[in-house]
Amino acid sequence: MAMDEIVDGLSEVSCDVLVIGGGTAGPMAALKAKLKNPKANVVLLEKANVKRSGAISMGMDGLNNAVIPGYATPEQYTKEITIANDGIVDQKAVYKYAQNCYKIIEELDSFGIRFLKNENGDYAVKKVHHIGTYVLPMPNGETVKKAIYRQLRRARILISNRHMATRLLTSSNGRVAGTISVNTRTAEILVIKAKAVILCMGAAGRLGLPTSGYMFGTYENAANSGDGYAMAYHAGAALANLECFQINPLIKDYNGPACAYVAGPFGAFTANNEGSRFIECDYWSGQMMLEFYNELSSGKGPVFLQLSHLHEKTIEEIESTLHKVERPTRGLFQKGRGTDYRTESIEMHISEIGFCSGHSASGVFVDDFARTTVPGLYAAGDMASVPHNYMLGAFTNGSVAGTDAMEFADNHDFAAFDAADVVKERDRVMAPTRREDGIPPNQIEYKVRRLVNDYLQPPKVTRKFELGQRRLAEAREDMEKQMIARNSHELLRALETQSILDCADMAAHASLYREESRWGLYHLRTDFPEKDNENWFCHTLLSNKNGKMTSEKRDVEPYVVPIADEEKDLYDKQRIRASA
Amino acid sequence: MPLASYQTSVPVVVDDAKCIADKGCTVCVDVCPLDVLRISDMTGKAFMAYDECWYCMPCEADCPTGAVTVNIPYLLR
Repeated sequence: MAMDEIVDGLSEVSCDVLVIGGGTAGPMAALKAKLKNPKANVVLLEKANVKRSGAISMGMDGLNNAVIPGYATPEQYTKEITIANDGIVDQKAVYKYAQNCYKIIEELDSFGIRFLKNENGDYAVKKVHHIGTYVLPMPNGETVKKAIYRQLRRARILISNRHMATRLLTSSNGRVAGTISVNTRTAEILVIKAKAVILCMGAAGRLGLPTSGYMFGTYENAANSGDGYAMAYHAGAALANLECFQINPLIKDYNGPACAYVAGPFGAFTANNEGSRFIECDYWSGQMMLEFYNELSSGKGPVFLQLSHLHEKTIEEIESTLHKVERPTRGLFQKGRGTDYRTESIEMHISEIGFCSGHSASGVFVDDFARTTVPGLYAAGDMASVPHNYMLGAFTNGSVAGTDAMEFADNHDFAAFDAADVVKERDRVMAPTRREDGIPPNQIEYKVRRLVNDYLQPPKVTRKFELGQRRLAEAREDMEKQMIARNSHELLRALETQSILDCADMAAHASLYREESRWGLYHLRTDFPEKDNENWFCHTLLSNKNGKMTSEKRDVEPYVVPIADEEKDLYDKQRIRASA
Repeated sequence: MPLASYQTSVPVVVDDAKCIADKGCTVCVDVCPLDVLRISDMTGKAFMAYDECWYCMPCEADCPTGAVTVNIPYLLR
């Protein structure tokens, strides 16, 4: 049989805890679940291959949010993240992360991942954020995935690669019962019954279309097509603050970070066409992105990352990091362009929009135990609502999810689901393979993402959003009635297209609901240009209520760490002042 | 509607002389996050079957014989 040929098949397995997504949060969740109860069955399901999947496929240059005793306190960190997110933060989860992350750093160290130390043997933490000091370089950061994979093998976690989960199964009273997945190489259906399920499926990074026009030239790993958000939505889980988009400052066309977090501590800075600084701080926030956007649209652009003023040795050190980990082809790209950091600045641009709590604040709503609003269902990493997670947040919150999910599984039996749901889902999944004629997934995906750029990109205009919703509804009609997949690889892309369209609908719906501007560029609404704390100092929760997309307000939980009035707007002051 | 296929230059290049896929190696196909590499049933060597590349590098980094080269996709070069 040739690879990608469609095979008709259905099998069923069961496990105690099912983790979906083997990038960063997922492996840690699986590991902690297994450590909590070594007799239990833990399955790690992955659409690609756990060895090289997810946002850190080629490793990472450092930790961007390390709360290390002697440099920062959990209280300081919680305060900074609250301010950076305009106050819309349930602090309990952030505070818990800040308290736990040092233990996780020590654990990663024991896995063989090294962290930069100074001559006294202390961690060499760098300052990138507006207020505190949290950035810790990883000298062998390219080995992260390998180190984690070794731990998974040692713990005998059952890994199932090349299986894409499509829908969660739930019981009549709304508890999670398992998942339905499809083999991306054969199109065979696999039903996995589970007592608890943890979603670690990454960002919705294939939502907007990169300006290069190359569909897979996204900021996020292009495999992160928002499947987790779509699955959570269809299972009835609430999703928080989806109007708080992720938009990042990136190397123009290459669409990866330049990266100010690496080069900034050495003296590099973001400059306009006059060579002048215009932002106080390179830490990614909506407020910073707004100033970046303003500079580009004011005629003072292009915007550059300026490092040609640095010493040769310093530039060599920056290069050795940038061209080795996270996005190693940065070096190849710059070489092709003839850009030498010694003589030329790096041209920057604004990324396409996406959902990702890694650097933003939206996601499947979770509490401080990584529990979603669906009993037995957990979420962690880029797709869960704990803001500004980054890699260490994925590890730390994945750890929380794994432990709590196993406790849940230990105290519950399997939930019953309706067999008809499996039949229905199988028909939905296979529909594009059963058509003789139609539109291939790449064309539908391109159109949806082009519409996202045309209508949903900030600044957000109500009329444009309404038109966008109409166009997206037309694309949905095409997708549901005409999309074809001629082999199992095309079926994978067809299923991803459905996740992308679901995310586009959610992005539009959530943005129209919040009638104010907040989070700088992330939710800049021209029809409601001011921040309105009186009516909108709250989360918004989007969910599927009886088949209808619905949004509602939810109070921000009382703060654990109080914020003084004069501190609340510190992140609003990103622009360099013209005079004293 | 009838379908047409159109030309695209793919970023991942495999050196057939170095590739040992015909001896059973599937490393690059296994690790690709976007699952775009396949083994040719004509040559027995790995090749890029789908132009859906994140130019991320696992295929090149993990190839045991150094047969794989990742280039920047033309549209963003």
